[in-house]
Amino acid sequence: MSAPSDNMTMAAAPRSRPLLLRHLPYFIAAAILVALAATMRFDGYILNVLMQATTFAIAVFGLSVVLGLCGQINLAQAAFFGFGAYAVGIGTTDLHLSYWLCLVAGCVMALGAGAFLGMSTLRLGGHYLAMVTISFQQIVTLVMINAIGLTHGPDGVSNIGRPDLFQTGQGYLAFCVAVLAIVGYGVWHLPDTRLGRAMRAVRDNELAAGVSGIDVFRTKVYAFALCAALGGLAGGLFAGGFAYVSPDQFSFAESIVFLTMSLLGGVASPIGSAIGTGLLILIPEWLRFLKSIPGLYLAIYGLFVILIIRYMPDGIWGFIGAALDRWRSRIKAPAAVAPLLLKPATIGGDIVLEVKGLSKYFGGLKAVDGVDIQVKRGGVHALIGPNGSGKTTTLNVLSGLYKATSGKVLLDGTDITTMPPHQRTAAGLGRTFQNIRLFRSMTALENVEIGAERPGNTLIGQGGPAALTERAMEALTFVGLGSRANELISSFSYGHQRLIEIARALAANPTLLLLDEPAAGLNSTEKLELHELLKRIAAQGLTILIIDHDMTLVSEAAQHITVLNFGRRIADGESMAVLRHPDVVSAYLGSE
Amino acid sequence: MDLVLQLLFTGIGIGAVYALVALGFVLIFRATNVVNFAQGEFSMVAAYLMVVFAVDLGWPYWLSFLLALAGMALLGVIFNLGVYYPLRHRTFLPVIIATIGASILMANSVLAIYGPQPQVLQGWFETPGIQLGPVYLDSQYLLIIAVTVVMVIFNYWFFEHTMLGKKLQATSQDKEMASLLGISVSTMIMITFIYSAVLGGLAGILVAPVLFVSIQMGSTIALKAFAATIIGGFGDVAGAIIGGLALGVIETFGAAYISVPYKDGFAFLVLVLFLIFRPQGIFGERVAEKA
Repeated sequence: MSAPSDNMTMAAAPRSRPLLLRHLPYFIAAAILVALAATMRFDGYILNVLMQATTFAIAVFGLSVVLGLCGQINLAQAAFFGFGAYAVGIGTTDLHLSYWLCLVAGCVMALGAGAFLGMSTLRLGGHYLAMVTISFQQIVTLVMINAIGLTHGPDGVSNIGRPDLFQTGQGYLAFCVAVLAIVGYGVWHLPDTRLGRAMRAVRDNELAAGVSGIDVFRTKVYAFALCAALGGLAGGLFAGGFAYVSPDQFSFAESIVFLTMSLLGGVASPIGSAIGTGLLILIPEWLRFLKSIPGLYLAIYGLFVILIIRYMPDGIWGFIGAALDRWRSRIKAPAAVAPLLLKPATIGGDIVLEVKGLSKYFGGLKAVDGVDIQVKRGGVHALIGPNGSGKTTTLNVLSGLYKATSGKVLLDGTDITTMPPHQRTAAGLGRTFQNIRLFRSMTALENVEIGAERPGNTLIGQGGPAALTERAMEALTFVGLGSRANELISSFSYGHQRLIEIARALAANPTLLLLDEPAAGLNSTEKLELHELLKRIAAQGLTILIIDHDMTLVSEAAQHITVLNFGRRIADGESMAVLRHPDVVSAYLGSE
Repeated sequence: MDLVLQLLFTGIGIGAVYALVALGFVLIFRATNVVNFAQGEFSMVAAYLMVVFAVDLGWPYWLSFLLALAGMALLGVIFNLGVYYPLRHRTFLPVIIATIGASILMANSVLAIYGPQPQVLQGWFETPGIQLGPVYLDSQYLLIIAVTVVMVIFNYWFFEHTMLGKKLQATSQDKEMASLLGISVSTMIMITFIYSAVLGGLAGILVAPVLFVSIQMGSTIALKAFAATIIGGFGDVAGAIIGGLALGVIETFGAAYISVPYKDGFAFLVLVLFLIFRPQGIFGERVAEKA
């Protein structure tokens, strides 16, 4: 009796089946691997190779999070690995603490160090992070060698303990494989979580991520700290496995080895990490004779890095995965969806956006100079002006990309003047960009899902994956691209990319939608379609503030117009009256 | 007080080396928007070339010096063609990773060829130094400071008063516009790499008699030079020089009064302090991304 109804719910919402059930094959495979590790008879040499591969893979998973998902570099993974290893090493020998306590302490220390490094550096560009992580790596190595009282110096720590439960080599290996499987599962599914989506958005386009409601800085710090913690965990396991640690195992060279493993296998996926780690541990074992010449080994690694970056930027798994994805996306047909519902919040009064005395100076240049704008609820309000009149600067100040020099901005009664972009988005602001900013490695649907996930969006319920997909599909269908939801951004025309950007903003159910020159670069048919779309949006009661050069579009779509020139407001009022205003005519056409 | 003066002199000497390498960093960054993580290895390779020519082959010092710099120019060409140029249209992350790969490749190739034993290179002058009142002026440090001063002046003259320098500046500020004006952008970038490889090499040759010639000298110098560029203000030529000198002095005093083994750690400490409290550096280059 229950079988048919089960089928029906599955058809309506394919994601509603419990996640753990769908991934049962993964856990069965993992359990088999753990059982094999525990029972097969390895000789000591094979056991060591497997132990190294397992623990290294966990550290490389960390890199796939920070570098692959979030696009931030970490050249100190060996240092974080060392944190975990020394925590277990010193803790179980000198301090006689429990292995488990030491393992956790190592992870926490690595996490803390990662978070601190990230917080001091991640607001700045990527070069800083690269150099700071290298510096950090060097410092950690210096401390390991010189703080002899704590770390035993170059001699290293020996006789490191293991938990009572896993005293034998094989038992411990089985334990490590189990940890690997669990961590691998987490990293594999991270991209489908809210945090994972935020990381991908940050990697693809930080500005767009910010205006989609993502706290860019915090996301980067999380990614970096998570990577460091995984390094610490891996190091703790490693120390127990080999019972001996010394500073040279955690040097900058090892960080490069981790990086090479990650790049070779494919930086974006834990499967790639596993492939890269496996290969770079096995190949050296086969080519042992190379080790007789010091340096040759790492020289080859260096060459590898250059060649991979140049010829195989997505690594081995990226290469295979891209082919699989293309095949998979074709069979995923989007279900029919309900029409998009827009329910803009109405907390404040009649005025949705109130701008008072807004100024933005760049040095001596007054790009925006004491501008007042009042956008009434409902309908379309246009902000126009000749080139260089301060329109786009105003928009960038409104969405928080620039800091206002002075003045006030109230959105639906809330003062948003000093908020960073993601908080303004959370407060109900949506925007598009003149030069389109989409997340280029993602599909149209994924782009719009990130919009739908805006903090404070009341229309997605608990924000589960099914609700997000549904909301995003509605928005895509609303702009007429529902049937192409699973295509990558690069396969869309310029005009369609613009529509996807609008859909991303609409999915968030904003209180006010800012459109920055939406007609720029569109042909005449596309402009007509855009006009229709604006009408349909306005019909649902969403207020639009539009900036555009296209006078036909502006005069037909907007009921109210504000005109800027040289950073000042020169006219404001009902459309037709404003367009006939003598100052406006002379600003556009020049005066006698 | 005498010790303070002595340390100040040594610090400025070492800082001048950092300043030279930092200058190479900044030039490449301004021309290509890429931080070259192999910049320090240029210094290391040049020092080894000096050891090969002047010590192993016993050639005259000046000839070895010229040959080593010529070798660096060639390395700059190879580096540009092999590492930067194929990736010039990619985002900065792949380029950074490739330059790190190149740095590992260079350091370890030299290790494979020459072995881990540090080498000794004599200074340029026979006289070890002169006593000036309470301060002993080491001749090699004097040379380093003098060459740095000359290079800074040359650099200023070259970029501000020659046509080639102006073309290089134009390229670094707007590649598209420069190419529309008939400037060959790829040639300009090639010249930038040659110039900064030679600058890095010069620093390496000058500092080699003070330190040992070792595989690690490249990464150590690069780290300090990068810290110097941040302290001075990223992308700023004057900032790189002042930052380098400041770092040399801080480090020398730190080693004398606080701890010798952790000497290389002071650069990092200063770096992090600056990142937290004044990320734009002394000369305040804006670091935020443009909208």
